[in-house]
Amino acid sequence: MISKEEVKHIAKLARLELKDDEIVKMQKDLSSILDYFKIIQNLKIKMQNDNLKSEIKKNITRNDEVLEKKSSLRNNLIASAPDKKDDYIKVKSIL
Amino acid sequence: MDLTDLTITEAHEGLKNKKFSSKELTLAYLEKIEKTDYKINAYLSVTKDLALRQAEKADKIIKEEKDFSILNGIPCAIKDNILVEGAKCTAGSKILENYIAPYDATLVRKLKEKGAVILGKTNLDEFAMGSSTENSAFKITKNPNDLKRVPGGSSGGSVASVAAKEAIYAIGTDTGGSIRQPASFCGVVGLKPTYGAVSRYGLIAFASSLDQAGPLTKNVEDCKTVFEAITGKDPLDSTSTNFKFQTSNLELSGARIGIPKEYFGKGIESGVKDIIKNAIKKAEELGARIIEISLPSIDYALACYYILAPSEASSNLARYDGITYGLSNKNALNLLEVYLKSRGNGFGPEVKRRVMLGTYSLSSGYYDAYYKKAQEVRELIKQDFAKAFEKVDLIMGPTSPFPAFKIGEKSNDPMQMYLADIYTVSVNIAGLPAISLPAGKIGKSKTLSGAEGLPVGLQIIGNYFEENKILGFAKEMEKMLEYK
Repeated sequence: MISKEEVKHIAKLARLELKDDEIVKMQKDLSSILDYFKIIQNLKIKMQNDNLKSEIKKNITRNDEVLEKKSSLRNNLIASAPDKKDDYIKVKSIL
Repeated sequence: MDLTDLTITEAHEGLKNKKFSSKELTLAYLEKIEKTDYKINAYLSVTKDLALRQAEKADKIIKEEKDFSILNGIPCAIKDNILVEGAKCTAGSKILENYIAPYDATLVRKLKEKGAVILGKTNLDEFAMGSSTENSAFKITKNPNDLKRVPGGSSGGSVASVAAKEAIYAIGTDTGGSIRQPASFCGVVGLKPTYGAVSRYGLIAFASSLDQAGPLTKNVEDCKTVFEAITGKDPLDSTSTNFKFQTSNLELSGARIGIPKEYFGKGIESGVKDIIKNAIKKAEELGARIIEISLPSIDYALACYYILAPSEASSNLARYDGITYGLSNKNALNLLEVYLKSRGNGFGPEVKRRVMLGTYSLSSGYYDAYYKKAQEVRELIKQDFAKAFEKVDLIMGPTSPFPAFKIGEKSNDPMQMYLADIYTVSVNIAGLPAISLPAGKIGKSKTLSGAEGLPVGLQIIGNYFEENKILGFAKEMEKMLEYK
């Protein structure tokens, strides 16, 4: 069983505000799911280097260049922001 | 003739022979939605104006061109985690309740270029996290075969729209079974393509190494038509591949079909087992070679999936910060509170659970025991399949251990719900293609369409980019399984 404090700590890392009843339910649910994960934790896996071959893939990158896009796309993207001034997205002050 | 009974091929013939126009076809579907969707709840929004505009455009093309695309003028439904420019895209979440898609997903652009008519956006579990569509923040979709039961999930709305004849075909997404499992529950055909076969650009990300979009259709032929239309390399998705579909010449006779013994272990309902065994017998009668195989690591697939998918989700969903788009809490006093409150109010219980689970698995001190271990198990599962495909052409088994369950039956116990994905997640973990094909029905129950019983799906898994073999074989099986 994971502790209430642990649930609160993870929620903070995940940037989630949880109410008290949510914390209690989360503690119960996470514990039963984590219990189920034990079946792979006890697995002894000997990974040889070539076993991970399929994971070694070539990274695909695009050229670093400006692409022409319709101005409607720019307008649509800015229009989605919940708080803005002119064409700028407003953010709460950090300091 | 009831226009809502038609398959894509039949509707195309009708359009070609001027038996009806795309506008008439589209209006028939809009009318059907109006008449029955208050009972089914397949749609979150109906894009009537867009549909009629597209239908008029399609009719113009039909008038002017002798040869037009098979999808031209054909009405379809799109899962609401796929962007259609100018239409709302909620992903079934309160956090995106008022979000308007700023551009088209690549697959939507491809469908539009072929003249598709988009009827609306369909319901789903919030951010595609769920196996019943009960996790939608907006409504509960009903199984058209039995309104007391779930349609499966997470593409429950897309599947129900096809099953209830409220669309000729639909697009869904599948991260751990979200196309195949509801297809099995509702009795339609659903294909989860090879990872990379269909561009993910414009899909609202859940778990990026597992997500794939694919078709939901009335039959295998339509499935092939839609798959061919949406597949291909996309410069906007670096994981998409230059894959050209070729019709397979694999015939039932002589095909080597692997049956994983692990798929018939404890947990499978006897009714499902009987129907799948019967399908295997039919394949054998037609000359397929049935070979028992073993996928020894498959027992670890579900745990592996429920570590990897939430880990990726916890990272992908970090973008919902209340700043660039989506719900933003107005009462927050500082930046941290904007994050905490917007996400706390905007996400539903299952999404919170998975974000928490993923954050836990990736956090310092637990990373090695959970995330890294799951990555290693992923490799074992891939190897199991690779070994199996040295001996067989295709693998066959049930899509789900049980038919559609009752609404509310599993919604309070997340672990019980996760078990609904037991036969499907391994395919996503390995990145393989698989179809769910209606194979029969269990029992009797009163239904909307007058049909009886609960559908059961046969899952056919293929090797990488061998959708052609799956579809070729499924088409033969379809004839044998007298479903209708």
